[in-house]
Amino acid sequence: MKLIYEKSQPGRRGGEPPCYESLPQADVPEELRRAEPPRLPELAEPEILRHFTELSTRNFGIDTGFYPLGSCTMKYNPRINERLVSLPGFAHLHPLQEEDGAQGALELMWRLQEILAEVTGLHAVSLQPAAGSQGELTGLMLMHAYFADRGEDEQRRKIVIPDTAHGTNPASVTMAGYELTPVRTDARGNIDVDDLRDKVDGHTAGLMLTNPSTLGLFDENIEEITRTFHRAGALMYYDGANLNAVCGISRPGDMGFDIVHINLHKTFSQPHGGGGPGGGPIAVRDMLEPFLPVPVVLRVGDAFRLEHDRPKSIGKVRGFTGPFGVFVRSYAYIRTYGPRLREMSEVAVLNANYLLERLRDEYDVPFDRLCMHEFVLSARTLKREHGITATDVAKRLMDYGFHPPTIYFPLVVPEALMIEPTETEPKETLDAFVDAMVAIAREAAGEPETVKNAPTSRPVRRVDEVKAAKQPVVRYLFEEHPTGQAETVTPEPLARP
Amino acid sequence: MSYLSLTDADREAMLAAIGVDTVDELFRDIPAGVRFERELDLEPPLGEAELQRHLEELAARNFDTTRELSFLGAGVYDHYVPAIADAVLQRGEFLTAYTPYQPEMSQGVLQAIFEYQTAICELTGMDVSNASGYDGTTVAADACFIAKHATGRSKIVVTEATNPQVRQVVKTYAPGFGLEVVEVPHRGGATDPDELAGAANDAAAVIFQQPNFFGVLEPAPELAATANDAGALAVAHVDPMSLGVLEAPGAYGCAIAIGEGQGTGNYPSFGGPHYGFLAARNEFIRRMPGRIIGETTDLDGERAYVLTLQTREQHIRREKATSNITTNQTLLALQGLVALSWLGPQGLREVGETCMSLAAYAQEKIGLELLFPERTTFKEFGVRVGRSARDVVRDARAHGVHPGYALGRDYPGLDDALLVCVTEKRSPADIDRLADVLRQVAA
Repeated sequence: MKLIYEKSQPGRRGGEPPCYESLPQADVPEELRRAEPPRLPELAEPEILRHFTELSTRNFGIDTGFYPLGSCTMKYNPRINERLVSLPGFAHLHPLQEEDGAQGALELMWRLQEILAEVTGLHAVSLQPAAGSQGELTGLMLMHAYFADRGEDEQRRKIVIPDTAHGTNPASVTMAGYELTPVRTDARGNIDVDDLRDKVDGHTAGLMLTNPSTLGLFDENIEEITRTFHRAGALMYYDGANLNAVCGISRPGDMGFDIVHINLHKTFSQPHGGGGPGGGPIAVRDMLEPFLPVPVVLRVGDAFRLEHDRPKSIGKVRGFTGPFGVFVRSYAYIRTYGPRLREMSEVAVLNANYLLERLRDEYDVPFDRLCMHEFVLSARTLKREHGITATDVAKRLMDYGFHPPTIYFPLVVPEALMIEPTETEPKETLDAFVDAMVAIAREAAGEPETVKNAPTSRPVRRVDEVKAAKQPVVRYLFEEHPTGQAETVTPEPLARP
Repeated sequence: MSYLSLTDADREAMLAAIGVDTVDELFRDIPAGVRFERELDLEPPLGEAELQRHLEELAARNFDTTRELSFLGAGVYDHYVPAIADAVLQRGEFLTAYTPYQPEMSQGVLQAIFEYQTAICELTGMDVSNASGYDGTTVAADACFIAKHATGRSKIVVTEATNPQVRQVVKTYAPGFGLEVVEVPHRGGATDPDELAGAANDAAAVIFQQPNFFGVLEPAPELAATANDAGALAVAHVDPMSLGVLEAPGAYGCAIAIGEGQGTGNYPSFGGPHYGFLAARNEFIRRMPGRIIGETTDLDGERAYVLTLQTREQHIRREKATSNITTNQTLLALQGLVALSWLGPQGLREVGETCMSLAAYAQEKIGLELLFPERTTFKEFGVRVGRSARDVVRDARAHGVHPGYALGRDYPGLDDALLVCVTEKRSPADIDRLADVLRQVAA
């Protein structure tokens, strides 16, 4: 379909901003005045709305259908939360409002902090980080600050990360100025503790671990891992990407972790918006509290305030106190469950194990254990026997009306298909997904071309990613298209048959 | 629980299929020592109607800009948000989608962000934009990371007249990047290019804000030239709502343009979520952090869009990535695109001119001594209120008017200075009321 710039006509207008009479003239010094206007779209409002509505029909969200994207926790996003975040007292509240004019917002944040401390089993919370990966970076900055305070920062340079980790973990390590120490996974999908023992010493600052791991497995040796790190005087960081498996069942703080980030856009249902926003609050053990980013939300008697003056704080990782609208949605989501968050996690794990059980005969199961909220299959047999890859399976699932799972991750599993159903899916959907996966495995044997050609039911067929990267075109090139010449409009079908 | 669908019969059938008797058995891999044996100490569940009431009660204890006539700006602006921006956002296909890893499922958001990147390039005069950063502070840290690797240098220069929160975030990130940060003081509300030249020597980047935190128009072309002469990357932190009126950073030699996108279509929302934008000249494309959408074709040769240059990113490059960012602010950037499309080039210029005119009207009407009388300002300006500006804010609020930001909160020595912001939503009558109240509460 056309780009919005290709629908533009010079002089056409959408909205008209307020205009007031007899005001002084805007006086921009000549050398600072804009010479050429930006080529923004020029459309009337109805056509703008149609443009974006048509775009939306070429997109797939949880509202459209099943979205078992592993490690992303694509659960239902309640619409009440959208209504609540739009309340003027939240949406139109300026972040620099005086504290006595923002008591409701501060109270909501304080309450969310208390909840996250209880769920993680830790003592203090900062809501500031904007996303999980920023929570990771903040956590590593806290490690620096903590060890600097003890005079050990120079000596402790290494962060241990298992080979199953999300790519954000090693990237965060680099951004924080640490060095990476990789550790292997054993045959049961746990961290290889023998490998680990050799790698943890007085130069280790800490561990970053996702538990359950990206394989969807709870590390059975977690107590020994904790002992290893704490004995070496190092800290433990919990990547909360998979917290949806264990709310009310096992708490990171009780496992021995000292710093945890929580992905509000996963576990606590902030809609992911096609890539964001998210929220990545961190919870920490008491000895790390002095180093948290400023400002900190405090309760003093019946009032709530922001404390800016914290001499040991690492500083600020983002503007103001964090993505407040995300807090409203996640707070509302948690209040809907209360202590029944445990049931949320139980059903997430039940749904995942049910899918795993029903798919285990059709696909390879690299680590054959009960899973937590997600599991990893492999298409390596399909590839060896029929030349059908994980990508092919993923693309064919689209024709059956499902969003594909995460593929080729974690890296330790070849032809990986990482599947996370979440707790909000009914059994009928899980069964339909199984039927599709089974049918695709049959097609792989009987009519592999059908699978290799998929998808055929989406607005586009397979997309050439190599071409996009080789000669990047990352903006509309006005120069290569005639300006202001609307072509004849021919109706375009929304999707191919 | 209305968000869960399983019936008791479903559960039994599923447990039987798995071959266990109870849900508890599914957790047998969790060592006994780390199991949580009590109930979470949280308040009981709320039904939807009760939940709404509870949140309404909290919201009612906030004094938002619909309740109090507000002249607060200082980085977050109460520009008008068109209704279609809300309408587009509530399309579930956008709202409830993940990052577009599978392009065939995600052409809608991919094309929209390609259009967003185009709009940001047009506004800033740059060649390439990423798909958004967290906010207007973190994109400054991102720019530092680009500059470090592009120049091999380790000093960042930032002007003191740049938003204090931007400076604070840069300073928080800098040690991890192995960077030191040097601040250049303002002289009478703007940066002196000669003074900047001294500091820019050996710098990886020079960051300045246009208009700066005081609302003052910096001699931006001269600041950029100073950075370029020193071999540093010139980084302009710009207000997108000014760019219909003010020159684009690309036109005066900047290497990178960054900024806070909130004013275009995002609500103040007590500080977020908003979006930051980051655009650069083409030569930095492979050092850019974050997602970038590119144009390509599908198997039939039809135009299509896809996440591109992913070899920069953490899920491919891991510890060698240009950034750790994954989740960004796509939905807010989309909202920005809708608002910019609604304004168009003419509307954007008009908003800029109206803000400047209203600000000029306000300066005259308020009649207090200007903080920097020699300078030209955009939509914000400082005034001296003759006593503690924090006290003036408190007293003005008692009259139902929030008169602005007390600059002493960030700039010692400016305790009697108030930063007043007018957007196109403040009418001359609103400004008259502000002037009245200030007459009563200023010394």
